[in-house]
Amino acid sequence: MSDFNNNFWPIFIAVLTIVGIVACVVLLWKTSKIKVKSASGDNTSGHVWDGDLREMNNPLPRWWVWLFVLTIVFSLVYLVIYPGLASYQGKLGWTQVNQFEKEVESANTALKPLYAKFFDMPAEVLAVNPEAKAIGERLFMNNCAQCHGSDAKGSRGFPNLTDQDWLYGGSPEKILETLTNGRNGMMPPMGAMVGSADDVKNVAHYVLSLSSSQHDAALATQGKEKFATCAACHGPEGKGNQAMGAPNLADNIWLHGAGEAAIIKRINEGKINQMPAQSAKLTPEQIKVLAAYVWGLSNKSK
Amino acid sequence: MQAENKGLNIYSDTVVRQFSIMAVVWGVVGMLVGVIIAAQLVWPELNLGLPWVSFGRLRPLHTNAVIFAFGGSTLFATSYYVVQRTCQTALFMPKLAAFTFWGWQLVILAAAISLPLGYTSGKEYAELEWPIDLLIAVVWVSYAIVFFGTVGTRKIRHIYVANWFFGAFIIAVALLHIVNSAAIPVSFMKSYSAYAGVQDAMVQWWYGHNAVGFFLTAGFLGIMYYFVPKQAERPVYSYSLSIVHFWALIFTYMWAGPHHLHYTALPDWTQSLGMVFSLILLAPSWGGMINGMMTMSGAWHKLRTDPILRFMIVSLSFYGMSTFEGPMMAIKTVNSLSHYTDWTIGHVHSGALGWVGLVSMGSLYFMVPKLFGQKQMHSIKAIEWHFWLATIGIVLYIASLWISGVMEGLMWRAINTDGTLTYTFVESVKAKHPYYLIRLLGGTLYLSGMLIMLWNVLKTASNGRPAMASIPPVAAHA
Repeated sequence: MSDFNNNFWPIFIAVLTIVGIVACVVLLWKTSKIKVKSASGDNTSGHVWDGDLREMNNPLPRWWVWLFVLTIVFSLVYLVIYPGLASYQGKLGWTQVNQFEKEVESANTALKPLYAKFFDMPAEVLAVNPEAKAIGERLFMNNCAQCHGSDAKGSRGFPNLTDQDWLYGGSPEKILETLTNGRNGMMPPMGAMVGSADDVKNVAHYVLSLSSSQHDAALATQGKEKFATCAACHGPEGKGNQAMGAPNLADNIWLHGAGEAAIIKRINEGKINQMPAQSAKLTPEQIKVLAAYVWGLSNKSK
Repeated sequence: MQAENKGLNIYSDTVVRQFSIMAVVWGVVGMLVGVIIAAQLVWPELNLGLPWVSFGRLRPLHTNAVIFAFGGSTLFATSYYVVQRTCQTALFMPKLAAFTFWGWQLVILAAAISLPLGYTSGKEYAELEWPIDLLIAVVWVSYAIVFFGTVGTRKIRHIYVANWFFGAFIIAVALLHIVNSAAIPVSFMKSYSAYAGVQDAMVQWWYGHNAVGFFLTAGFLGIMYYFVPKQAERPVYSYSLSIVHFWALIFTYMWAGPHHLHYTALPDWTQSLGMVFSLILLAPSWGGMINGMMTMSGAWHKLRTDPILRFMIVSLSFYGMSTFEGPMMAIKTVNSLSHYTDWTIGHVHSGALGWVGLVSMGSLYFMVPKLFGQKQMHSIKAIEWHFWLATIGIVLYIASLWISGVMEGLMWRAINTDGTLTYTFVESVKAKHPYYLIRLLGGTLYLSGMLIMLWNVLKTASNGRPAMASIPPVAAHA
């Protein structure tokens, strides 16, 4: 009971529990002895309410008493076997955490031989191995589809995994790294660095011009100079930098929204985006199969 | 009203009439919202893309309307009716009783406006924001003064068993509401809970399960203990049984909350206590069912001709069924399958539609003609129709959610040989679609029965006029 900073409370609760359960037994026993005889001898208590409301003196149904006793006995035995009374851990030493850990461990042991054969296969082979592909797809549906979609095409804020645009690199090794450790993408708010509101707008139009998206050429020209601030991460041509996860701005793929307004918002507010690490959830073998599957999504065999 | 009572020595039934009519009206409203959200689960387009009528806002409106507006009004009406007649005295402070009526209606109105607008404290069955919570507390304390004042000024020495249950329900709900709603207001209609993290969750489910235990069980057992023997014209089966099951029930319920938090951040020992006390709760709960059912001995033949009695007995059957199901679902192993599934929703509705709903309807059918000086309801045939529509509706509702609940629980835990889940979440959602349709049908039948009741009650009320029931002189017994 690390939940308490004082030894009084766990003992208080444990005592209350035992006293409460015992009190139920005493109540049951005492009440079964009650006999209220009415003068008239009609097996009622003799009390009358509202003209005709009366109550009879029938004894407690025997089967019901035994049902009550049974639940009490079960409960007392349960509290001996399982944690429930103060810091007493119970005969079995059960906790919900060790139950979980045991289940995971036994599952992983059972899975080991299945995944072992995949571990030494290169991703290119795994991606076309029907068994590995089927497992990879199920792992994807269980763990990835929630954000990246059942078709892996992503949505706003969640990258499309079927195209050739990779924030951190699309090689099997890079994908494995992304899956295992996760990624933390961070673009700082750049409004003040770029300059005035007009400057920000100009830079946005320059960015749009990089992918030949709809833009105002005059504004884009004015924005070109200020883009130098952005080039530190996104590169002089805006082609991005996979070493730090800076997106390519020239490929007309807009993870956080296309168009002038969305780009201005990004420049002013920045963006923090996270891909959670899977290493605590999946075994290294599973991650390997999954990474090969994801790689295969954009590298279909001819 | 006060003068009327003192001068003429009659029961204060105006407030009973008001609550009875509003119970039926709110029943229709609350169940209609339930049917709408059941339809939204089948056809999500019925959200209409509008935030005010989206599922997330209408669902608390449904639960608040059926529990606190329909159930609450029924409890006020019946407890005021019963406490006067079993104490053989008029209500204590009838003006305060009138305030509880208008105050409670104001609470309901405030809920009906604020919940669709999106104001919520985020606590299940306690969503209303702090200004409304304060009003509830004031109304509830007034209710306690009226009720216990009436018991305190009774003309009969012994306190009838129904009043034990009503009394326990009033005290416990005051305690639960005040503790769980404790919050720090940051602005008008916005507050933060006084508790944090797992403590907040534990307080919430201590409240949540006792809302079931005291509001929807102890209170309605009070109803049962008066109206079943009255309608059956038989004495209560066993005095000693009522003593044991009363004390065991009110003691044990208070511990059962943690079973809502199995396999969560709640410490293991707390979960164990919640589980064992939920199991011990089985016998005390069944004590009430047995006492009601066995009261029928010698009067079973009446079920053939008396649809009101049928409402009450079928209600007790559902009570017995859901109070068996509840302890089973509180067992960790069973809970790991049932938790978060539709099984829970089905379980709640077998208690809510079956037990609470049917016993409320039965007792309202008993009271309404008497309150309006009529021999019986306007149409007995309509009561028959209501009974069958409601019963078939409940069976369809709970059977479909049993199937869909167990099915989705099994789908969630199904695992392939490679350690992946057999089904994605969305596949389990898709699989439930047909059962949601059957649930909607069940709910619609139940609502249509309630509409018939509204018509029948309004007809009965307009055929008669408010009856002045005089308090009989105290008999010289005991």
